[in-house]
Amino acid sequence: MKQFIAFVKKEFRHIIRDNRTLLIILGMPVVEILLFGFAVNMEVQNIRVAVYDPTPDAFTTGIAERIRQNSYFNYRGSVQTMDEMEESMRKGELDLAVVFQQNFQEELVHSGEADVQLLSNSSDPNRGSIAATYATAIIAGFQREQTDLIQIPFQIQTENRMIYNPLMKSSYMFVPGIMGLVLMIICTIMTSVSIVREKERGTMEVLLASPLKQGTMIFAKTIPYMVISFIDFVIILLLSYFVLDVPVNGSLLLLFFVAILYITLTLSYGLTVSTLVDKQVNAVIFSAITAMIPVLMLSGMIFPVDNMPGALQALSAIVPARWFIEAVRKVMIQGLGVTIAWKEMLVLTGMTLFLLGVTIMKTKKRLE
Amino acid sequence: MSKKVIEVFNLTKKFGNFTAVDRISFDVKEGEIFGFLGANGAGKTTAMQMLCGISMPTAGEGTVAGYDIIKENERIKRNIGYMSQKFSLYEDLKVWENIRLFGGIYGLSDKTIAEKTNELLKQLDFEQERNTLVKYLPLGWKQKLAFSVAIFHEPRIVFLDEPTGGVDPAMRRQFWEMIYDAADRGITVFVTTHYMDEAEYCNRVSIMVDGRIDALDTPAELRRRFSADSMDEVFRQLARKAKRGDQ
Repeated sequence: MKQFIAFVKKEFRHIIRDNRTLLIILGMPVVEILLFGFAVNMEVQNIRVAVYDPTPDAFTTGIAERIRQNSYFNYRGSVQTMDEMEESMRKGELDLAVVFQQNFQEELVHSGEADVQLLSNSSDPNRGSIAATYATAIIAGFQREQTDLIQIPFQIQTENRMIYNPLMKSSYMFVPGIMGLVLMIICTIMTSVSIVREKERGTMEVLLASPLKQGTMIFAKTIPYMVISFIDFVIILLLSYFVLDVPVNGSLLLLFFVAILYITLTLSYGLTVSTLVDKQVNAVIFSAITAMIPVLMLSGMIFPVDNMPGALQALSAIVPARWFIEAVRKVMIQGLGVTIAWKEMLVLTGMTLFLLGVTIMKTKKRLE
Repeated sequence: MSKKVIEVFNLTKKFGNFTAVDRISFDVKEGEIFGFLGANGAGKTTAMQMLCGISMPTAGEGTVAGYDIIKENERIKRNIGYMSQKFSLYEDLKVWENIRLFGGIYGLSDKTIAEKTNELLKQLDFEQERNTLVKYLPLGWKQKLAFSVAIFHEPRIVFLDEPTGGVDPAMRRQFWEMIYDAADRGITVFVTTHYMDEAEYCNRVSIMVDGRIDALDTPAELRRRFSADSMDEVFRQLARKAKRGDQ
């Protein structure tokens, strides 16, 4: 225990003396949250929209009014002919056109179905499709209200997959992602570098020749990074709650538990990396390739897993961050409990045990 | 005849096809300053690492401080000090923090560490450097400090791997005075070096060539046997036969 405490103190001192690294690991979550929250705004705003409504009625004007009031849309009025619409679209004055069919209300009441066409200007495909999605959501919302009011079954077919994020606030998506990324960077890269540094500088030899147990040393090394990554987790949580208005709908305790599980997992991975490489540079490159890039590309942080081709979806299943991000979304944003998030937590636990096993087996008692 | 603290027989270490250490046998007596000489790549460091319990021998047997080097290497570690060829203190820790850390690793009590630290800093005339980061100390001072830390827990044997590399002659002299002090206190010193003038300071020296020990005796006896004026000449006569180049 004495050895352990002496060693933990030493590790903390290494980190505190290294101002630049300390600044990076504490500043990184702040910068990333602000960057993703404000600069890299993946939300589409100021969508210029016009309505073509040959036969205005209560339904069509109701929908048009909802779109007009929505702050993401810039309502440019209604147009009289389809030609006028196409002209504006071609000139790039419109992002989206909402085209109602003739006798919309009548059709809806009689046949139970009516068509509305969303023409999006897909010269910027991303913007176009997001604009269409927003409009679809608004129409769906309108339909729900009407169904409640008048008891007639009718159909304006809309797929609604955004029940927890009706306006597709991108912060709901990336906050769990940033947690996954920052913790991965600190726990995996920093930990592996700190162990490999001892090998490179020759101090490892002296430690090996001392009565210090390898296990004690490794465990002591992970403590400071555990503390720091937990601090980072709390920083991200506070920033996203107070600055980005991301709600914490679920149990905070469960959220912390998920975080600790993931921190343990990424630390184990860092230890695994350190048993595989001998140079600090290699440790950084190896962790960046095997840990950071998968988090960015495959975890669902930026690109939704559901949109990936089958092979990549399968590959994403071995990326720990994917399960962590999923668990955080469920617990934090959707406010769900263990009964729903158990699968993610089980996968994370399994991965942790596996990596710890690998590390223990690969850690060498003696040199060479 | 005093007790033997190191005894090895046919100690061998192979890395694949390469035999770094080839069936060496020798013993070291308690309180002795034992010089372990050889050209670069002769296998000195590997041999030393096997004695310290941090490298597993491929073949052969031996004991260090009375413990078996194959089965009881963890016990050996409690009874030795080790100063590696690469610099072995933490540069970003202060002088006292380094002492504290290693004191803690060797299980000394806080009180003992505090007392011994004061005593040590006074002895080295380092008191004003107590709070200096090690990286700001001149090389010679760092090495003196590293040696002091290696024997801080009063080990029975201290292993020094080229402790004076890159240090000026005046500083080397001071360093050797510290080695003599340690030996007077009963600590056995096992030291590798390639400064041949330093070999003269040892009680006995062994000379390794291509993984084998080619000569082992007191410096005076070796000079007589090779009809040489200095250890340097003894060494050159032996090293001429070496097949392995500098690595």
